[in-house]
Amino acid sequence: MFKKTLACTIALAAMLAAGSAMADTKDKKIALSNNYAGNSWRQAMLKSWDKVTKPAVEAGIVAAADPFTTSENQVTEQAAQIQNLILQGYNAIVINAASPDALNGVVKQACDAGIVVVSFDGIVTEPCAWRIAVDFKAMGASEVEYLAKKMPEGGNLLEIRGLAGVFVDDEISKGINETVAKYPQFKIVGSVHGDWAQEVAQKAVAGILPSLPEVKAVVTQGGDGYGAAQAFAAAGRPTPLIIMGNRQDELQWWKEQKDANKYETMSVSIAPGVSTLAFWVAQMILDGKEVPKDLTVPFLRIDQDNLEASLATTEKGGVANVEYTAEDAAKVVAGK
Amino acid sequence: MNRRLLRQALPFISLAVVLIATFIVQPRTMSYFGLNLMLQYAVPIALATIAQMFIITVNDLDLSIGPFVGLVSCIGATLLLDNPALGIGALAVLIAAYGAVGALVHLRNLPSIVVTLGLSFVWLGIAVLILPSPGGKAPVWLKAIMSVQIPVVPFPIVAAVVIGVVVHLALMMSSYGVIARGAGGNPKALTRAGWSMLRTKIIMYMLAGFFGVLSGLSLLGLTTAGDAHVADRYTLYSIAGVILGGGEFIGGRVSPMGAVVGALTLALAGSFLIFLKISPDWQIGAQGAILIIVLALRALVTYGEQKR
Repeated sequence: MFKKTLACTIALAAMLAAGSAMADTKDKKIALSNNYAGNSWRQAMLKSWDKVTKPAVEAGIVAAADPFTTSENQVTEQAAQIQNLILQGYNAIVINAASPDALNGVVKQACDAGIVVVSFDGIVTEPCAWRIAVDFKAMGASEVEYLAKKMPEGGNLLEIRGLAGVFVDDEISKGINETVAKYPQFKIVGSVHGDWAQEVAQKAVAGILPSLPEVKAVVTQGGDGYGAAQAFAAAGRPTPLIIMGNRQDELQWWKEQKDANKYETMSVSIAPGVSTLAFWVAQMILDGKEVPKDLTVPFLRIDQDNLEASLATTEKGGVANVEYTAEDAAKVVAGK
Repeated sequence: MNRRLLRQALPFISLAVVLIATFIVQPRTMSYFGLNLMLQYAVPIALATIAQMFIITVNDLDLSIGPFVGLVSCIGATLLLDNPALGIGALAVLIAAYGAVGALVHLRNLPSIVVTLGLSFVWLGIAVLILPSPGGKAPVWLKAIMSVQIPVVPFPIVAAVVIGVVVHLALMMSSYGVIARGAGGNPKALTRAGWSMLRTKIIMYMLAGFFGVLSGLSLLGLTTAGDAHVADRYTLYSIAGVILGGGEFIGGRVSPMGAVVGALTLALAGSFLIFLKISPDWQIGAQGAILIIVLALRALVTYGEQKR
């Protein structure tokens, strides 16, 4: 009896603390279906998920919030995983999808089984699912806009892209190229695929550098800026302005350069904590709240003046992050 | 117990064990809906495994079947949808290309592993050219076929049985099937007997291409959209499926029914591990462990067979 009262008190306290989160969802189970865990961004994303959902489960806001990751970044594997989650009786499935279209079949099956599907970062296009999308195109565009302001005289650009054939890579690159077309003083003289990994980017840049004229700036997709800097240093060429992608090694390098020679740049990426935003959105939908099907996440941008603060809170080998609370989620849903 | 029989029964026993274990861990799967959902994705894997089996029959190995299935799904989601005649033509060209690969491997006496490994990048490249980022749409009839609801027995099970039986009849019962398997068993004897090795290889490679196309189309019917990377894992799945189903890498010793059962076992093993909530870092290892256990059991049976 006492135990029960205690549990009720804790649940009540949690409800009050969580504000809008009602206890109506206390016996609902939410699953995270994640397609990949092999880089620092995804690791941080999973950590954030644990950090936010564990207290939520303990507080009784939801009954379970279990993360599932496929061992390889494969559509077929994730589809099978989602089918298994349907069978396990989850009420909501939060998805970071391996493909925007190729999971539509199984997502429809989940919806038909009465399951709430919320996709984020790697979104799905099936209309019955919710999408927490990142405007990757705008992210690419923002890099060039920054350069246009910073160096009005223009110059040659080197573009480092992500993984070929992936939707995110296509979108960021489109944003970059369309904006470059608006500023004729800039010219992309080379483009390589860095696969969002420093070592790959370093090799790719080192390979193309000898064939390039002077490069004024490097536009990137995140996870490749540090590798690019290393390649320029190894080739003995002057370090251009390299846009960073919020990774700790990139911020650390930027800080060193800033202290040594007042190096200036900016850094932009998506906070991996967006998984927690998706969690709260799923919880709100289960709670019966009205949530628009398409939401947009703001990007996390780091500039010259807040570099130190961001670097201090970023784990070694990690990526700059923010986690969302139920209130933050409610604000995003309300479009504020 | 008869060891030969035991050896042939081993794939079926493995499947039964994994199936029962899955039922125990997650009783919800023991229903029409559950089986349908869980086994759907085994159908394209089974077809890819049959494709691989044709290649293994003639002592070769196909390392390009995964990207090939991905390419078919891309063609299906674009060309086949917009212009059916052109789409069917493109798929026919792909099957012919497979035949040409068979001829090349035979005539130049090249190792099939190297040729197909190279080709895997060619298929992926063409797929990315056709569909630079995932998308397109599956033709309506394909989606309809793959989501058909048969009373009592779930569609994936019916499909698996039909695939297994049809290929079994063709390869194990027909007289040409004997020649095809002989091409793997003793190519010299076959040539001396006046049969063309070249022709046999071309036919087997084209059959592999044909089943690869079926695999890609059935996968497209399930995913409803194309993706060049959709089937990257099928290469390993298909080889593992053939071996799990009682096939051997050399000697033309294969079993179509076993291959289908092996593919189902692999697909189920994946689900089983997810139900157990095993961390993804261990999942590949656990899947490998299942493979090794089955192969070890088979080695044990074969060892006894030889001792007699």
